Amino acid sequence: MSTRAPTDLPRLVDVGLIPALNLLTALVISGLVIWVLGEDPFEAMSLMVSGAFGYGEAISYTLYYTTNFIFTGLAVSFAYRCGLFNIGGEGQAVLGGIGILIAALLFKDLPGLLLIPLCIIFGAALGALWAAIPAWLLAKRGSHIVITTIMFNFIAAAFLSYLLVGPLRRAGAQSTESEDIVSAAQLMPLHDVFAFLGMAEGPANMAFVIALLLCLFYGVFMNRTKWGYELRVVGQNPAAARFGGISANRGIMIAMILSGAMAGLMGLNEVLGVQHRLVTNFTSGFGFVGIAVAFMGRHNPIGIILAALLFGALYQGGAEMAFEMPAITRDLVVMIQGLVILFAGALEHMYRPALNRIFANPKKIEAAR
Amino acid sequence: MSDLFFTLLLLCDSALRLAAPLVLAALAGLYAERSGVVDIGLEGKMLGAAFAAAATAAVTGSPWLALLAGIMTSIGLALVHGFVAISQRGEQIVSGMAINIAVAGLAPTLANAWFHLNGQTPILEDGARFTSINLPFANALSDVPVLGPIYAEVISGHNLLTYLAVALVPLGAWGLFKTRFGLRLRAVGENPGAVDAAGISVHRLRYIAMTIAGILCGIAGTALSIGLSAGFVRDMTAGKGYLALAAVIFGRWYPVPTFLACLLFAFADALQGQLQGTPLPFVGEVPVQFIMMLPYIVTVVVLAGFVGKIDAPKASGIPFTRDR
Repeated sequence: MSTRAPTDLPRLVDVGLIPALNLLTALVISGLVIWVLGEDPFEAMSLMVSGAFGYGEAISYTLYYTTNFIFTGLAVSFAYRCGLFNIGGEGQAVLGGIGILIAALLFKDLPGLLLIPLCIIFGAALGALWAAIPAWLLAKRGSHIVITTIMFNFIAAAFLSYLLVGPLRRAGAQSTESEDIVSAAQLMPLHDVFAFLGMAEGPANMAFVIALLLCLFYGVFMNRTKWGYELRVVGQNPAAARFGGISANRGIMIAMILSGAMAGLMGLNEVLGVQHRLVTNFTSGFGFVGIAVAFMGRHNPIGIILAALLFGALYQGGAEMAFEMPAITRDLVVMIQGLVILFAGALEHMYRPALNRIFANPKKIEAAR
Repeated sequence: MSDLFFTLLLLCDSALRLAAPLVLAALAGLYAERSGVVDIGLEGKMLGAAFAAAATAAVTGSPWLALLAGIMTSIGLALVHGFVAISQRGEQIVSGMAINIAVAGLAPTLANAWFHLNGQTPILEDGARFTSINLPFANALSDVPVLGPIYAEVISGHNLLTYLAVALVPLGAWGLFKTRFGLRLRAVGENPGAVDAAGISVHRLRYIAMTIAGILCGIAGTALSIGLSAGFVRDMTAGKGYLALAAVIFGRWYPVPTFLACLLFAFADALQGQLQGTPLPFVGEVPVQFIMMLPYIVTVVVLAGFVGKIDAPKASGIPFTRDR
């Protein structure tokens, strides 16, 4: 299952140049499409960069999207390190968002210091539950987890739209959305937290800090705990795990529960951080792009943060580009994301043979012989 | 009683109609998996073909050119996936998802740029579509008790691609189990090393399987956009590619059981269409969102209903490399 090819490339080439080349390939093809649409690809790219980093509010938006991608990227990685594909990040994020909102409405009289942790627990629990069912079906019945998690996405989406026209609907609202949460439940915007740095106003909020802390948790869990070790053994070599007395089923359950919890917490950023209510389609594809974030980040916590930043920039910059260029819609951003997933995720080793020829270290090859 | 019978007939009729793209996509998934390539990108191939067919039909007015465009688009996407899975030995699930996402973005982008209809293609005239065909004597025989209405309502009155889908099931089974090519294809999915040792190219066989999958998904997408509907709409595949893959697993990688699984899923889909807004006995009116979940829940229940790993082609999803 592991994709890590044997390499004797310098580390900088491995973690820097290869992802950069993959990204460049995706952008060149995107540029061709933009050119076919009748717009100037170079202008489009410069609009994207300035739209993502050009001014204070843009940076805040980029960080806001980055936060979502960190959550969903971690979700994919937790499962993948155990050899599982969790394509259900969308559905788990939906359930997590529902849990967060319910906690925020249920305990609205509590002070923020109690209320927000309760929201975190509810969100993580419902997200985990939505991943635990497919995991249990895999462990007990051998059900194909890719397909069951995808089906759970559809079921979750229908459930959310039921809640938003039914029990959770705001009275007298035109659009389908829930009641607002109380201000005690709202996560502080980063521009208030870091006011002394002169950060511009924008949607980025404390969920970003929570996401970073979860990356730390991911790194420690995977590399420093017994559970993390067991989970990796199950992922890399199920037979060895069995010989070593590690239960594959337990590994699957732990990995998927943590994975679903990560995806579920994406709702912190959306519900408590920005929207301050539950809206339809708030997951809008972040769960799927988590696959790319995880693979581009090589399932490594720092890598996931950097890959999430890249996709955050792409998302925000792409929105600006779609706003400025009449022939381009936000759909194009979805296509660019797909191409980045293709070249940075599925084809991540495409340039490796060529680079091996250029950068190969003769001493190491000699030693290998 | 006769009311119930008639409702059932209508349900079967729309199930068969809805099953056509599912059956074609499932056969595509079956050929791919039998050759050792896991193809989660059925969804994207269908969506791409649906758009290409609808756009071509809108411009040329010819359903046949539309079918050709759908098939070519789908083959192109299948070969991209083949390149990842076969030549590059990349992650096949990631590649499939990447194709699904890229097409979900590209198709409405192009639709918007070319037709300016907010990501859709224009509504097609009947002449540019595959419209329903009345089989001979359908009206004359409809008075024959029981069999007559079944013939007239369920069997007759589908479009050409639906009949093609049904015909391709025995043909696909024959190709897989009765021809030398089929034997080799199954062997390459079970034990590529042996096929390689016999002097047959594993890569070539898998690329051929992907091309077949491309053709089938192309027909499936065309059936969706210019057979079932009269144009392309954003995300119109709505998970059918994944349902098709589930049908392959439920059908244990055999064409006829896979076909029956597709019929089951399509029946659930037809039932959810029928049940919307009608009160059920004992529970009253169920919210429409819960009824819309039906096909997906059926899929999960069906997958959970039996142990699915046992019969999978042994080399499915595992790239072939000679150097070990």
